[in-house]
Amino acid sequence: MENFDLALVDWSRAQFALTAMYHWIFVPLTLGTSFIVAIMMSIYVRTGDELWKRITKFWMTLFGINFAIGVATGIILEFEFGTNWSNYSWFVGDIFGAPLAIEGILAFFLESTFIAILFFGWGRVSTKFHLLSAWLVAIGSNLSALWILVANGWMQNPVGMTFNPDTARNEMTNFWDILLSPTAVNKFLHTISSAYVLSAIFVIGVSAWFLLKHRRILFAKKSMLVGAVFGILSTLFMLMTGDESARQVFRDQPMKFAAMEGLYDGEQNAPLVVVGFMQKAPTKENPKKVDFAFKIEIPNLLSYMAALDPNAFVPGVNDLVNGRKEYGIVSYHEKIRQGKIAITALSAYKKAKEVGDTSKASLELSKFKDNYQYFGFGYYDNPYNIVPNIPVTFYAFHTMVGIGTLFLLLFIVVIYYLYKRDISKVRWLNYIALWSIPLAYIASQAGWMVAEFGRQPWVVQDLMPTLSAVSNIDHKSVITTFIIFAIIFTTLLIAEIKIMVTQIDKHSKIKED
Amino acid sequence: MFENLSYLTLQQYWWAVVSLLGAILVFMLFVQGGQTLIYTLGKTSLQRKVIVNALGRKWDLTFTTLVTFGGAAFASFPLFYATSFGGAYWVWMLILFAFIIQAVSYEYRTKPNNFLGEKTFESFLFINGLLGTILIGTAVGTFFTGSDFSINNMNSSTWQSSFRGLELAFNFTRFATFVNLSLGLAVFFLSRVLASMYFINSIDDSTILVGARKQLIINAIPFLFFFLFFLVSITIMDGFAYNPINGKVSLVEHKYLFNFIEMPMVGIIFLIGVIAVIFGIIRGYFYFQECGTKAIWFTGFGTILTVFALFLISGYNNTCFYPSTYDLQSSLTIENASSSKYTLVAMSYVSLLVPFVIAYIWYAWASLNKKKITEDEMENDSHAY
Repeated sequence: MENFDLALVDWSRAQFALTAMYHWIFVPLTLGTSFIVAIMMSIYVRTGDELWKRITKFWMTLFGINFAIGVATGIILEFEFGTNWSNYSWFVGDIFGAPLAIEGILAFFLESTFIAILFFGWGRVSTKFHLLSAWLVAIGSNLSALWILVANGWMQNPVGMTFNPDTARNEMTNFWDILLSPTAVNKFLHTISSAYVLSAIFVIGVSAWFLLKHRRILFAKKSMLVGAVFGILSTLFMLMTGDESARQVFRDQPMKFAAMEGLYDGEQNAPLVVVGFMQKAPTKENPKKVDFAFKIEIPNLLSYMAALDPNAFVPGVNDLVNGRKEYGIVSYHEKIRQGKIAITALSAYKKAKEVGDTSKASLELSKFKDNYQYFGFGYYDNPYNIVPNIPVTFYAFHTMVGIGTLFLLLFIVVIYYLYKRDISKVRWLNYIALWSIPLAYIASQAGWMVAEFGRQPWVVQDLMPTLSAVSNIDHKSVITTFIIFAIIFTTLLIAEIKIMVTQIDKHSKIKED
Repeated sequence: MFENLSYLTLQQYWWAVVSLLGAILVFMLFVQGGQTLIYTLGKTSLQRKVIVNALGRKWDLTFTTLVTFGGAAFASFPLFYATSFGGAYWVWMLILFAFIIQAVSYEYRTKPNNFLGEKTFESFLFINGLLGTILIGTAVGTFFTGSDFSINNMNSSTWQSSFRGLELAFNFTRFATFVNLSLGLAVFFLSRVLASMYFINSIDDSTILVGARKQLIINAIPFLFFFLFFLVSITIMDGFAYNPINGKVSLVEHKYLFNFIEMPMVGIIFLIGVIAVIFGIIRGYFYFQECGTKAIWFTGFGTILTVFALFLISGYNNTCFYPSTYDLQSSLTIENASSSKYTLVAMSYVSLLVPFVIAYIWYAWASLNKKKITEDEMENDSHAY
């Protein structure tokens, strides 16, 4: 580790996190509202009701304001793989690049071509072609999410590849294993369903504001209905895929699972922490330890969530670091030992090849292959440096789950009042709907924090630590670009919010015919 | 189907795909060129709105082409992606900054309460047009002149200059800088020529059209000058060749000129491209009334062919497409920088969809451009930028 510029690693991470988190402010709204707009336009085309046309145009305006900035931050992410993570780009480019290229060819062109028709097609193209364009924009947006999430899924659980010691990189051996990996599929489904929930909350929240101001009541109620129905279906789907995701994390990334629950010492019949507060409780072995000062638990539930068995053993941080033979858990100490053998063997293999010593090369290669599984561990000496930030992961996970579950209740109540009562008079509910908008963004960001903080220090699980993935640049350059990005993104975010709020206010004051 | 092709054939196929994407990108940079003409051609606020809206229907397509070009380069030649992007950090960062500010400017420019004001977003568009074209052209220039980097036996690269790529455009003690910049400036002026033609093709406003015709010729002259300078420079200078048997890299006199001669098809494509570019300029300016609206198709098609051929001579015929002037043996070729055969095969199947993609882009473009953009429309369009 002493060979790495840790300031460079930290600033590179900070820059990527900054870009990803800003990107993820805008993208979920694009993913969901693209479908909501398509649904609204479909209703307009089917009924011919001018009110639905006005509804469609309004949400399309907000969609457009949000879309552009998502595109802007997206291109930065793609290029930052090269600019800031060039070692990573080579190590996994053979696998990671393909989904990115396919994303461009299949998804981005679909989206960018038909978005022009969607915005400017009124009166220029036939109604049917216009409607088709709306759906193609939605499909294109969501397809682009598919490919990047496949790539991310692979980083969380690398499959369908083999390491080529001659080129010093991972090479794809089975495209379908990568595309259809349960981690990738679940990541995609859970992420897009969470984006749909956020969009639905946005629609009912903005509509609720109309109702609170007593403006365009019918317009708002109809928008709210689409948002709530879309939201309730999406929430159910999100909870389902979230449940499956938890089991996958338990199987493939047990340290992340332990971090999500703040579990240091594993147990059978493990309880699920519903609410907990953590404080520093360092031990001699683990000076970074942060444990619970207070918690409320549900017995057996964590074991059930992890393995569908209330008696299952769920390993904690200490079990993973020190190993538990009776449960077949190899210790981090042993993994570090094997990782170091793999790193040394790879270097020796390369040298033997250069001088033409084939027998030594063959011996080292065999040693390397036997230990490659834990290659990334070899970069570390202290196993506790391979533990993610427990409090951040724990709080992020519980924030995401807590808020997400509350939304189900909100959608049910909104639908009830839309059908059974006059929702425009239920001010408390409209206030809750309105203030749920920031909550949805918090939950959405928290979800990404679980995924990305929880897997640290890995950029590719068990194989490539973040510190070995960075580009060989001076950290001052990265600090400078970080500051520039922070200023630009924040400025654009302020601009977007101001424009969005102004448009909402302006449209709310339009008198219906 | 693709499985039966040799590894080298697949590498060549993907170099052609990346080259084609690069060529289409240069054509699509007319959006950037147009952004630098907003105030030159738009004398009134309404005229500027017409111009911005004409470009606004295409900006996302240019953006997407850039992203796909980057994605395809990453997927097919990851060592180039890692070496160039991680090495020439500041050049790529400047390109990125130029493109972030573009994406929002169309949508936000005239929206009420937009925080920065209309003029700021218009200046963002100008900066994007200026920097985006010159820097991308300059970066491509290094495919012929080389950069200072080395690669170790783990394929990890080290960039030698602390200026992180800026030296490629600002180190005037090297002739290569002038060659790089000449391509950058050629791309900049070409993008303005193409933009003028695009306005003539899609806008119905006599004042703008007269100005566009004038700009067409004003920008065609420096474009031809810088392009000729670049062309002559690369044909007289030494090129970077590699031995296909042992991979050893060496400097070869007039390598790029010989590439045109030794690959006659590429030479012919290049010639047709250059002729089409010039033919389009002549038609657009001198036969403005009769056929000015079609000029963009000639010059656009010519641009794609010319740039495509230039990319091909930089990577085919045992040429290093990303040469290292610091350590010749670290130079990148389509053979040592590519993805594995399996990945190239998998992506090749996806590339079969490209004609379908081009077809629907064409259809969508034609659908929107059936009616020319007018000032009246700008006053009535609810989504006008």
